Amino acid sequence: MSWFRKLIPSRIKTTTTSKRTVPEGVWSKCDKCNAVLYRAELDRNLEVCPKCSHHMRIRARTRLECFLDPEPRVEIGAGITPVDKLKFRDSKKYKDRLSQAQKKTGEQDALIVMMGQLKDIPLVACAFEFEFMGGSMGSVVGERFVRAVEAAIEHHIPLVCFSASGGARMQEAILSLMQMAKTSAALGLLSERNIPYISVMTDPTMGGVSASLATLGDINLAEPGALIGFAGPRVIEQTVRETLPEGFQRSEFLLEHGDIDMIVDRREMRDRIASLLAKMTHRLEPVTAQ
Amino acid sequence: MADKTTNGSKENDGKESVMNFLDFEQPIAELDAKIRELRYVGDDKEININDEIIRLQKKSKDMISSIFSSLTAWQISQVSRHPARPYTLDYIGRLFSDFDELHGDRNYSDDPAIICGIARFRDQPVAIIGHQKGRDTKERIYRNYGMPRPEGYRKALRIMKLAERFSLPIFTFIDTPGAYPGIGAEERGQSEAISRNLLAMSGLKTPIISTVIGEGGSGGALAIGVSDRLLMLEYSTYSVISPEGCASILWKSADKAEVAAEVMGITAKRLSELGLVDQVVNEPLGGAHRDYAAAATYLESALSGIFDDLCSRSIEQLLTERQTKIRQYGFYNA
Repeated sequence: MSWFRKLIPSRIKTTTTSKRTVPEGVWSKCDKCNAVLYRAELDRNLEVCPKCSHHMRIRARTRLECFLDPEPRVEIGAGITPVDKLKFRDSKKYKDRLSQAQKKTGEQDALIVMMGQLKDIPLVACAFEFEFMGGSMGSVVGERFVRAVEAAIEHHIPLVCFSASGGARMQEAILSLMQMAKTSAALGLLSERNIPYISVMTDPTMGGVSASLATLGDINLAEPGALIGFAGPRVIEQTVRETLPEGFQRSEFLLEHGDIDMIVDRREMRDRIASLLAKMTHRLEPVTAQ
Repeated sequence: MADKTTNGSKENDGKESVMNFLDFEQPIAELDAKIRELRYVGDDKEININDEIIRLQKKSKDMISSIFSSLTAWQISQVSRHPARPYTLDYIGRLFSDFDELHGDRNYSDDPAIICGIARFRDQPVAIIGHQKGRDTKERIYRNYGMPRPEGYRKALRIMKLAERFSLPIFTFIDTPGAYPGIGAEERGQSEAISRNLLAMSGLKTPIISTVIGEGGSGGALAIGVSDRLLMLEYSTYSVISPEGCASILWKSADKAEVAAEVMGITAKRLSELGLVDQVVNEPLGGAHRDYAAAATYLESALSGIFDDLCSRSIEQLLTERQTKIRQYGFYNA
């Protein structure tokens, strides 16, 4: 073959250029039973494994999206954003951690608050974004939560909170501890006015969040299998130097010990909370979707 | 000396019983030992020995004041946990009269890590709630190192409600490493016990004055710390987690506790700058553990002023101010 013919493109074409791979994110795996799941089906199923009903973590906005009626919705406190008052620095600067988390999640901080309706019952709903620094509670989370309570008081409508948090935000040190007092005090004002507050603890609800707003519901609910407690299991194990009982600090354990009212499957959350709130606010029983 | 420190309530005056020296106190300890030796020798009436003692005492005093004037946050946290530091019962004995200790949460058990009772403060009836640590090994175990279980918070809540009903102002004294991380504590609803107190204290219809006297460790401290006025002793600390805990979470190594103590800002001075503490109470030279009586006197005078001030307000005004204060916690952009 002359050098000239080498330059002319061959007429025989192979198809190897287009690699046949599965597009990114079409398949997903259950954290618990390892079943391979179709992503779209998992989305439809609210991140609950269709095979074993394991409740995987769900993004705050998705949570509120599927909890509230489509209309009307108003976000509360979106303009409240974090500052690094203490100039905190561990292996990384808190400021950098914040911008990293903001970039990763598209959120400004770890709590989203929406005023809207649930089966025509007006309410304020908030959800923790666990992907944002472990859903940890700092000044912004505290302030947004208090604004949620204040909106509920102003409009005299119920409050629902979905918590998913590792606890206090270490990088805000003592300021994060004070958010426990701040959120609890606000709930005291709500309670005085006999406005219902339903707390839904999801995986995980620990430390400062569990020891403040999450356990103060008029009704406390939990999703199945969620880790809920004050001290982390590893800390307890190191302190008492014995292996922890089976299912320790899981929703089912809490139900048994009288800490929560009931365990509710995520797919039934709307129905159950609507039904509870309707009774607590003397409304007609809402229609259960089938 | 060990037999002197069994009960923690009356025997220890701090003057001669500082036997546990922290590492940075070592030069002071050596000097003090020298002074003691000289005193023994001094008995045979040699001239100049008295002068020498006076000279050394002055030197020791100067040394203490120079060491204590520039303590790091980590050193302060060690002073706040000093084994000879006065505990709640030491202050109760010196600041209050006619103290009756009240026990039990009426649901499950008593919790010796939290002391509750009613007493008189300058003849006025008041309620007292405080963490209590132990002096010797036996008492430390009995008091669970000052780490309350849910029963402790629930007992405290019961006494708060009692104080509210009978119009008794409440004094709380904070000195705990934190809530007890145990299986039983979790089983009996540690989180709920703490959160319930936070909610109740924010609306309790009686004045509440809290003082951090030693370690203010996280939720376990806050659970009796929501108040109209928060005081901190000069060498006490208040934080969301111990420096060791913070270091092991953020640096994955407890050895970084010293760095963690610094960045967390756990000292009275730092918290005061952040506007979280209403008053910092001075301690005697070299810390409260060197002179219990003086520490108590300083604290009493601080508490007296605040007590009179709060008692002169109406309950409505008090609650509005308390709510406003709590509402303002935190820093953010808006």
